[in-house]
Amino acid sequence: MAKKIRSGDLKRVLKYIRRYRLLMVLSVIMAAVTVMLTLYVPILTGRAIDLIIGPGNVDLAGIAAILTQIAVTVAATAVIQWLMNTVNNRITFHVVRDMRNEAFRKIEILPLSYLDAHGGGEIVNRVIADADQFADGLLMGFTQLFTGIVTILGTLFFMLTINWKTALVVIVLTPLSLFIARFISKKTYDMFRLQSETRGEQTAFIDEMISNQKVVKAFGREKASLEKFDEINERLRSCSLRATFFSSITNPATRFVNNVVYAGVALAGALSCIATAGTAVPFTVGQLSCFLSYANQYTKPFNEISGVITELQNALACASRLFELIEEDPQIPDSPDALVLENAKGDVTLKNVDFSYTPDRRLIENLNLTVKQGQRVAIVGPTGCGKTTIINLLMRFYDVDSGSIMADGTDIRNITRKSLRRNYGMVLQETWLKSGTIRENITMGRPDATNEEMIAAAKAAHSHGFIKRLPKGYDTVIGEDGGSLSQGQKQLLCITRVMLCLPPMLILDEATSSIDTRTEIRIQKAFAEMMKGRTSFIVAHRLSTIREADIILVMKDGHIIEQGSHEELLKMGGFYHTLYNSQFAAV
Amino acid sequence: MFKLLKYIKEYAKETVLGPLFKLCEALLELFVPLVIADIIDKGIGTGDRSYIVKMSLLLVGLGFVGLAFSITAQYFSAKAAVGFTARVRHVLFEHIGRLSYTELDELGTSTMITRMTSDMNQVQSGVNLTLRLLLRSPFVVFGAMIMAFTIDVKTAMIFVYVTLILLVVVFGIMLWSIPLYKKVQQKLDKVMLTTRENLTGVRVIRAFCMEEQETKAFEGYNKELTAAQKFAGSVSALMNPVTYVIINFAIIILIKTGAAEVNTGVLTTGAVVALYNYMSQILVELIKLANLIINITKSIACGNRIQSVLEIEPSISHKGSAVPEGGEYAVEFINASVRYKNAGESALTDVDLRVKKGETIGIIGGTGSAKTTLVNLIPRFYDTCAGEVRVNGVNVKELDPVSLRSIIGTVPQKAVLFKGTIRDNLRWGNENATEEELMAAVESAQAADVIRAKGGLDCEIEQNGRNLSGGQRQRLTIARALVKKPEILILDDSASALDFATDAALRKSLRELDFKPTVFIVSQRTSSIMHADKIVVLDDGEVMGIGTHEELLEGCEVYREIYNSQFKKEAV
Repeated sequence: MAKKIRSGDLKRVLKYIRRYRLLMVLSVIMAAVTVMLTLYVPILTGRAIDLIIGPGNVDLAGIAAILTQIAVTVAATAVIQWLMNTVNNRITFHVVRDMRNEAFRKIEILPLSYLDAHGGGEIVNRVIADADQFADGLLMGFTQLFTGIVTILGTLFFMLTINWKTALVVIVLTPLSLFIARFISKKTYDMFRLQSETRGEQTAFIDEMISNQKVVKAFGREKASLEKFDEINERLRSCSLRATFFSSITNPATRFVNNVVYAGVALAGALSCIATAGTAVPFTVGQLSCFLSYANQYTKPFNEISGVITELQNALACASRLFELIEEDPQIPDSPDALVLENAKGDVTLKNVDFSYTPDRRLIENLNLTVKQGQRVAIVGPTGCGKTTIINLLMRFYDVDSGSIMADGTDIRNITRKSLRRNYGMVLQETWLKSGTIRENITMGRPDATNEEMIAAAKAAHSHGFIKRLPKGYDTVIGEDGGSLSQGQKQLLCITRVMLCLPPMLILDEATSSIDTRTEIRIQKAFAEMMKGRTSFIVAHRLSTIREADIILVMKDGHIIEQGSHEELLKMGGFYHTLYNSQFAAV
Repeated sequence: MFKLLKYIKEYAKETVLGPLFKLCEALLELFVPLVIADIIDKGIGTGDRSYIVKMSLLLVGLGFVGLAFSITAQYFSAKAAVGFTARVRHVLFEHIGRLSYTELDELGTSTMITRMTSDMNQVQSGVNLTLRLLLRSPFVVFGAMIMAFTIDVKTAMIFVYVTLILLVVVFGIMLWSIPLYKKVQQKLDKVMLTTRENLTGVRVIRAFCMEEQETKAFEGYNKELTAAQKFAGSVSALMNPVTYVIINFAIIILIKTGAAEVNTGVLTTGAVVALYNYMSQILVELIKLANLIINITKSIACGNRIQSVLEIEPSISHKGSAVPEGGEYAVEFINASVRYKNAGESALTDVDLRVKKGETIGIIGGTGSAKTTLVNLIPRFYDTCAGEVRVNGVNVKELDPVSLRSIIGTVPQKAVLFKGTIRDNLRWGNENATEEELMAAVESAQAADVIRAKGGLDCEIEQNGRNLSGGQRQRLTIARALVKKPEILILDDSASALDFATDAALRKSLRELDFKPTVFIVSQRTSSIMHADKIVVLDDGEVMGIGTHEELLEGCEVYREIYNSQFKKEAV
């Protein structure tokens, strides 16, 4: 519930708003004008009413003149008010747009370590939901906070000039409603917290049960899970009722205070009318009616402002979370004199490489590896042994802690990230496709590829067959994360993507794990073709891949414990020997 | 949304009383301008101070009684709204439990979760607001109009016209802006999609150097979003100024007419002030009403989404007879074919297979060859589109799904465990299983070392079994199915994370189970199924061969190809 607001967040928000300062000034001026005009209307109306004294004693011409004034004022107010709203919308939405753009640009340059550590959902939530809430709060702040304050001040001013005694009644009584609202919100805070905790509990339960509804059905547990659900649901009902009811007392309570104020104005005003009747400056009936309508207007912003302030605090808390993202340290930028690696030969050398994700858990220590152009490196080891870490380092998703990695003899930290990555073709274990057409996905690495080239690549990767059968072939739009494609099909598309650009170095991460054996045979043929003359790193599970590798890196708990060719390693009779026999021995 | 309203019946009393008390409060408010008119005409007119004091006290009194009414109304509304939502949540959850795999596939998990959570909350606040305010505002508007009629019919006609014009304008603007907001939502979805994709695909995007392109795309979507927001904003920003103009022009006409009438002695000054006050009240209420209606339309949209889920008829009904004692055959597939909803081609064609009690059947084939589809027919997770499936000699469509599933133990591909202790999870198979039965199942599933590593059956499993490895989860899900002591056991590629030795041990212990189940093993590994009594080879939804390992090696090209690719080592 309680969201954290960091100091300086307000300043940061203002920094974004500053770009629209002209519009801001305009908005403020228009707000002031609108409020003043709105407040002027009751005065005019009051004057008109004062001209209605009794039968035969009505200044019809005078009234007509005043009414014309009212008409003009009202029309002007309406136009300015609309313009003001439009300007406010513009400021708000532009500010949020700017913040979102900046957040997105930051996402693109954040180090992988940050993105890996923070869940995708959390970051999306900041960019979408938090930004939205911030916009809501900001807009509300613009439209209500400022006009509210001006209304209060304006009303006060007008009331004091008309009749200060009656005005005092209003000034003294109104803050009461603020106190009541504050009191109730304090009392209900705990109830709301309980409600949101229970809601959270229920959501977690729903999430678990619905995500795995198929298992629930397979075990006929529908009834049992419904019972558990009902138990939480009942608790939620009762605490939600308390929170809803007690907080909803606020409105009637403040309205009651307003009614008392109204009665007070009627009393003081009416008495003033009698007392000043016949004097030089009489308090007229028209002024009384004007006062009464002020009394209504004056209390309204008071009630709103307390709401607006909570809303603004909330908005600021949301902005704060967005700022945290925006201000996160980006990855170390490429140095200005960094080399652009073009058509690398494919020599890769790792020299005394140390690396760990967290300082307290050493992972890779003093790794040395020399891979010559065209060699094939297989990385093997049990799950979680750090195989993907090597990929993270080669692609420079992470930087080494000490030592160095060299491509074609140059430390990769002295090569631009882009050109380094362009020289690698990568197929990861987790397939990733973007929403869009099949074509867009395949040509990601080479947007300028011709149709023939694309189809040739697809044929080589054995994806052409199933793509052809899709409703619109290569122009079929696939949903987020591949949509309805099967895991194997997605994998084939990812392979096709690399097939099309064929960079000098390849990284294949258990790439064939979810493809069936028969398809795999075909793909391996294609891979073999692809790997010819190319340096390849393969996180391998398949025996054939491993056997054909020039160098096998055997990893365990983050360490490279053995290194050599298949025969050498088997002869050594070490960990690889055991691993090989346990995993690949025939039954 | 409106079909949901039947669930408010339990709270019929509150649903009536809430608005009723609210109306009483509004009624009191309508007296206020009359009291003020009296203060002006009688009090000020005659200089009667005590009358003014009395009338002011009356105003406070009215306010106080109003407060009491109002709080009562809030209580009833809150009770009805909260109770109603709790009820709908229950109904929806129960309904989702009744849906078959086909509908679940179609709906998708995240949709269902949003319906259950955020849509529900929106509906709750919508119902609450409606009960509290929706009746009140029109009542005040019409009440003010009627009160105006009691003062003067001629001037009151102005109220009628104004109210009509206002209604048209308010609803017009709303009808205009609702689709605009829908569009904003769509654009926002696009922005969200791009953000999410860039996070999930960060490695690929960076590997292909797509950062700039993606940023450009994002900024494009963001710009579209902003434009949509601004347009929708400008339209709905019309609401306040336009209603303000209408009301004030009405006041101008009112004063003009009123002045003429006072001049001719038909009306008093106080009456004109009263009319004026009524007009102001209408303005205040209409603004409230407009805001309220925006909130309510949102809730109705959410309610409709909930409703649409409730309207989905489960394609598999929960009627039918209990599973009878079986004869010779445990499971029979007779020309069974499956076509998934909205799919063009059949996923599985013409399977003919008769499985004797206690046999072990291996099912092998490539990705997408419909292995899972085949076994999913046995517990009737999906229906056949042609042919039939029989369990213990009876067509599964004639059996009660609950009874059918109670004799089948399924180990799904995705090893899912639930929050709770290991014991709780295992008991999904059988609520009343004894400690010995649980441990026996664990032993058979080769999961004894998991239990030891985790410190016993009372180890807490986190949501989605996060604190267990894939292999550990897989073995526990096998144990869970064994606790059931099923007549038919289905292992859907559920040994994929196990090493060969454990896999072999598992198969051995399955053969030795004392309750002798009929076993279906789906796998991509030949080694897992080569000892089965019968092996079904699938390719692209077609049966390529059925037989024993030796028979298939002899006569099934596909099988031979798979086998050779996995056992090439021997040839080296």
